[in-house]
Amino acid sequence: MAETAQMKVSDEVAISIQQMNKWYGSFHVLRDIDLTVYEGERIVICGPSGSGKSTLIRCINALEEHQKGSITVDGTLLSSDLKNIDKIRSEVGMCFQHFNLFPHLSILENLTLAPIWVRKTPKKEAEEVAMHYLEKVKIPDQANKYPGQLSGGQQQRVAIARSLCMKPRIMLFDEPTSALDPEMIKEVLDTMIELAEEGMTMLCVTHEMGFARQVANRVIFMDEGQIVEQNEPEEFFNNPQSPRTQLFLSQILGH
Amino acid sequence: MSDTHAQSVAFVRDTAIPPSPAPANAAGPVKWMRDNLFATWANALLTVAAIYVIFLVLSATLPWIFGGLWTTSSLAECREVLQGRSAACFSVLTDRWNQLLFGFKYPVDLYWRPTVAFVLLFVAAAPVLFFDLPRKLLIVTALYPFIAYYLIWGGTIWAPLFALAGFGVGYYVYSHLVHRSFAIGFFGGIAAAIIAWVVGSYLTGALASETPFLEAVPSRDMGGFMLNMMLGVTCVSLSLPIGIALALGRQSSMPLIKWICVVFIEFIRGVPLITLLFVANVMLAYFFPPGSGVDLFLRVVIMITMFSSAYIAEVIRGGLAALPKGQYEAADSLGLDYPQAMRLIILPQALKISIPGIVNIAVGLFKDTTLVSVISMFDLVGMIRGPILASTDWNGVYWELLGFAALLFFVVCYGISQYSQWLERRLATDHR
Ligand SMILES: Nc1ncnc2c1ncn2[C@@H]1O[C@H](COP(=O)(O)OP(=O)(O)OP(=O)(O)O)[C@@H](O)[C@H]1O
Ligand SMILES: [Mg+2]
Repeated sequence: MAETAQMKVSDEVAISIQQMNKWYGSFHVLRDIDLTVYEGERIVICGPSGSGKSTLIRCINALEEHQKGSITVDGTLLSSDLKNIDKIRSEVGMCFQHFNLFPHLSILENLTLAPIWVRKTPKKEAEEVAMHYLEKVKIPDQANKYPGQLSGGQQQRVAIARSLCMKPRIMLFDEPTSALDPEMIKEVLDTMIELAEEGMTMLCVTHEMGFARQVANRVIFMDEGQIVEQNEPEEFFNNPQSPRTQLFLSQILGH
Repeated sequence: MSDTHAQSVAFVRDTAIPPSPAPANAAGPVKWMRDNLFATWANALLTVAAIYVIFLVLSATLPWIFGGLWTTSSLAECREVLQGRSAACFSVLTDRWNQLLFGFKYPVDLYWRPTVAFVLLFVAAAPVLFFDLPRKLLIVTALYPFIAYYLIWGGTIWAPLFALAGFGVGYYVYSHLVHRSFAIGFFGGIAAAIIAWVVGSYLTGALASETPFLEAVPSRDMGGFMLNMMLGVTCVSLSLPIGIALALGRQSSMPLIKWICVVFIEFIRGVPLITLLFVANVMLAYFFPPGSGVDLFLRVVIMITMFSSAYIAEVIRGGLAALPKGQYEAADSLGLDYPQAMRLIILPQALKISIPGIVNIAVGLFKDTTLVSVISMFDLVGMIRGPILASTDWNGVYWELLGFAALLFFVVCYGISQYSQWLERRLATDHR
């Protein structure tokens, strides 16, 4: 559990979670989570199904409420104060497993909606920014289509671009590739790798271990609502400490 | 294009061969009939039987309609002219045309006022119904209720002006308070509007002249199809926003709001409309102070609106429930606040899903406006059942009158239904 000092890429703390607990009714989903994420760090979270990975990252942008402990994002303490929640949400981008694009809006409108209404960016400027990010995820020619007309991989890249249009300081990914066909996974991972190379702070729930090895500064293993082990990718994969991690890795890498 | 290619191609046709027509049994009406009407023996038999039934119906009705009389002055005269022949006596429609449309008390020389209001209705509705039109036209829509009120009821112009001013004041206060919180802005705006209306009603009393520019017509003088249209348009346009508010309120995380909405919806849905109308007729008069001018028309509007908004709320709740949770989460994660998420993401999709249900209720509501005839309001059906059929001239002309009423309602309802289908096609962006 001890955090090794050399993982730090900077001294600026982006997210600080202390003794955080969450219950669904009487079900204890997250137990005593302690996690500090430094600016520019890329963290991959893995663990068996139902271990609370999604719940953890959804607590960070207050999609789920935590009941005990504290979460501080970019210096703002997450409380039930709506102002703080809105502030944190506009700093933190999130990509979902099922993309969650807005089907009634064109791709361009999907991208410009939040900048226009939340950031009060003029429409023209928001569209320029949107086109910039669409070029970055390599689908500027789809700007005027609707989400239903794109492939899964394209939709997920639009979803990433949509988050980026808000110029977030931190990006959260919840299994962004697990609803995709194998041939589309690569295009989404490439986009994420590019993002990582630019120094974005990223928290990523994924089972793409190749991606974790290539990009992550730190891999976190969760089980039964606890952080069981965290380490640099090389150490984590080659020399897992806890038996549960070993079992998990043997299952996931075994075949 | 390239040179090598040009040399190797000896002949290139530069005009298309005109397509030759398919043989008569593979295309055109013959094929269509064979595929659709005479595909099998049973099919052919049914076709023949259906044609025979259609023939029977038309051979009875068409002569009745086309042989109809339009110019006699009473049913007795019709019978005399027809001499036992079976044909329609449409003269009742020409004779009582104005009564059917405007009721029997609306001053004849003022018919132009509701007619103008009716024509303006299309101008006002257009920007709402066809959102490709310039958004500036919505100003006309916003002003329309006041203009239409002034045209139809007449009287002092101060009443609609102060009503409009109340909305203006309310919006002004709202826009200045909303940055603090939506609730403060919302309730502040409502309070300000109410104050403005109370002040306005006193000022209206003081300012009203004895001889207004447009002669006042009391609500009890409204009648005929005009009354149905007035009730239908007012109630549909009021019950849609109220229905949306109720549906959202029912989903609210605030228990008080949620329970108010649930109780209201369940209560209204459990009571027949006709009961509510009787309540409007008798009971509501006790709740409002006597002489406060809350007339029967307004009471009926309140009741029908409550009734249909409860149903619309449930239809919209269905639409809200059909949206994946991910849409709410995506809106939240982008930092949109509740009103923005609802207005930009959730409601556009939920309403789109709810269009067929909402149209169903709108059409039903419009037809239900004829129920007011049981509380002695003379709408189209009330006029037919009351003054017209009771008169000695036209006692006994049922088919023509009720057929005419059916036709008027059919035209409006079919129009609504066609519009909604166009709207659904226009909004189809999901490409499923
Ligand atoms: N809304 C909810 N109400 C009650 N229990 C829930 C709810 N959402 C999740 N859970 C439970 O909380 C636990 C953690 O769920 P979570 O979605 O965080 O798991 P996960 O690690 O993301 O799993 P997966 O890899 O399958 O996505 C699970 O046991 C799940 O059944
Ligand atoms: Mg999950």
